[in-house]
Amino acid sequence: MEANIAELEAEFERKIANDEKIEPKDWMPEKYRKTHIRQISQHAHSEIVGMLPEGNWITRAPSLRRKVALLAKVQDEAGHGLYLYSACETLGISREELYDQLHSGEAKYSSIFNYPTVTWADMGAIGWLVDGAAIINQVPLTATSYGPYARAMVRVCKEESFHQRQGFEIMLTLCNGTPEQKAMAQDALNRWWWPSMMMLGPTDAESVHTEQSMKWKLKRKTNDELRQQFVDQTVPQADLLGLTIPDPDLKWNEDRKSYDYGDMDWEEFWQVVKGHGPCNKVRMDARRNAWDKGKWVRDAAMAYAEKQDKLETA
Amino acid sequence: MKLVQYLYGIADNALILGQRLGELCGHGPNLETDIAMTNISLDLLGQTRSYYQYAAQILGGDATEDTIAFLRSEREYKNVLLVEQPNTDFAYSIGRQFLFDVYHLLLLQELQLSQDETLSAIAKKCIKEVQYHTRFSSDWIKRLGDGTPESKERMQNAINDLWTFTDELFHQTEADQAMVSEGIGVDVTKLKDNYYQKINEILIESTLAIPEMKYFQKGGKHGIHTEHMGYLLADMQYMQRTFPNMTW
Repeated sequence: MEANIAELEAEFERKIANDEKIEPKDWMPEKYRKTHIRQISQHAHSEIVGMLPEGNWITRAPSLRRKVALLAKVQDEAGHGLYLYSACETLGISREELYDQLHSGEAKYSSIFNYPTVTWADMGAIGWLVDGAAIINQVPLTATSYGPYARAMVRVCKEESFHQRQGFEIMLTLCNGTPEQKAMAQDALNRWWWPSMMMLGPTDAESVHTEQSMKWKLKRKTNDELRQQFVDQTVPQADLLGLTIPDPDLKWNEDRKSYDYGDMDWEEFWQVVKGHGPCNKVRMDARRNAWDKGKWVRDAAMAYAEKQDKLETA
Repeated sequence: MKLVQYLYGIADNALILGQRLGELCGHGPNLETDIAMTNISLDLLGQTRSYYQYAAQILGGDATEDTIAFLRSEREYKNVLLVEQPNTDFAYSIGRQFLFDVYHLLLLQELQLSQDETLSAIAKKCIKEVQYHTRFSSDWIKRLGDGTPESKERMQNAINDLWTFTDELFHQTEADQAMVSEGIGVDVTKLKDNYYQKINEILIESTLAIPEMKYFQKGGKHGIHTEHMGYLLADMQYMQRTFPNMTW
């Protein structure tokens, strides 16, 4: 038996080393399975909770074109949630169990969605910055070792980069508009910049999962490397918009060929992660409320399907 | 300008129902239903844009799809009362959708024969979408009607409450009459029997009772709305009213 497990382990390690995919029916170490359930479900939950801050502006979008685009975007997020939950289910856990983990607070989701969307410009800033940071996190995952996750991420990333362009275009329209519109855009950047920077995770020194995740190709770069990539990518875009990034220490470093940036407010980061951000409670209440209020609907659909099955077999 | 009024009579239904469905995005009973309801909202808003773009072209001047959508007063919106009713619960949202979809499909089937080429083309494009809407809402009426005792009660309550708004669908306005006589518009009075027949078939299949009602509510087609409408518009028009004459 032991020899058998050693063989399976060796085969698993060989696949990982050769960049071959691990598929649902393949043997995998329990820790690999658990880590993947944790990460994929966290990602799925982020998509679903992430529908709320943007959904907040659907009824108030300023033009029909923007309303349609925003609806479609939020719907894409529901779709991402759907394929990520499906990918997670291949690891032997049900969607109901995953929802329970979200609703009980046991599972985490991205902290960025615990900030309020207070003006229309936030729809631009979220697309530009939040989706921008998400893409940086997610593109490497298209080559991750777990097959269903990698394939889901190929689709997610394609749509995310469309969302990011859409967000930037909202910002560009505002910045080319009236002074009032431009001020709205600057205000949104001021509020979303640091939370977006924090999306790339704690600093390497404090990141607990990095080493193992690197091995399994759940991560290819460290949080700080990703953050640097985000800064270097975003600063020229802010210049193009004529907006100022709210970081007095931000400056080009000729030696590193990269931007230096200032310290983040880690106290705020941990406050939000631990559930005490401006909207943690509102978001969780909205999710639980939708789930609880939908119970009779799901029950009815199930009861009806059972009746139909009986009719067919009778 | 009768044609513009006629277009409002059709397009405002799509806009207001699309807006109502948009409120639900992210709050559905499960992900699949959430996605499907958003799809219907997207279809309806797309249809709205086609009609309004045509109306704006006829109006000329500074009119655009957005001035029509966002800058009219409540009395100028010509949607039926049915579509502005709130999302009281999932049964109401589905009931509202079903009672509208069956009418909408019958209307478009006739509208595609319109002498007005643009209108006929729009109707042909919309009809496929609305066939899907009708199938979706009819299926849910059956699931909820013939699901559990709770879902049956909720679905019946919703149908009973919304029934009072169905008769208005078949009222003709002056603009309707003028467009019918020109071979452009649809005579909605002729859709009524077919409508109730189709509705009743589905309700019976769903084990739901067909409401018996002598008195109906109307007014939306003349711009006299229920009290829900003002709040819906306050939300929808907020940006355009707060920041006038800007590009978004």
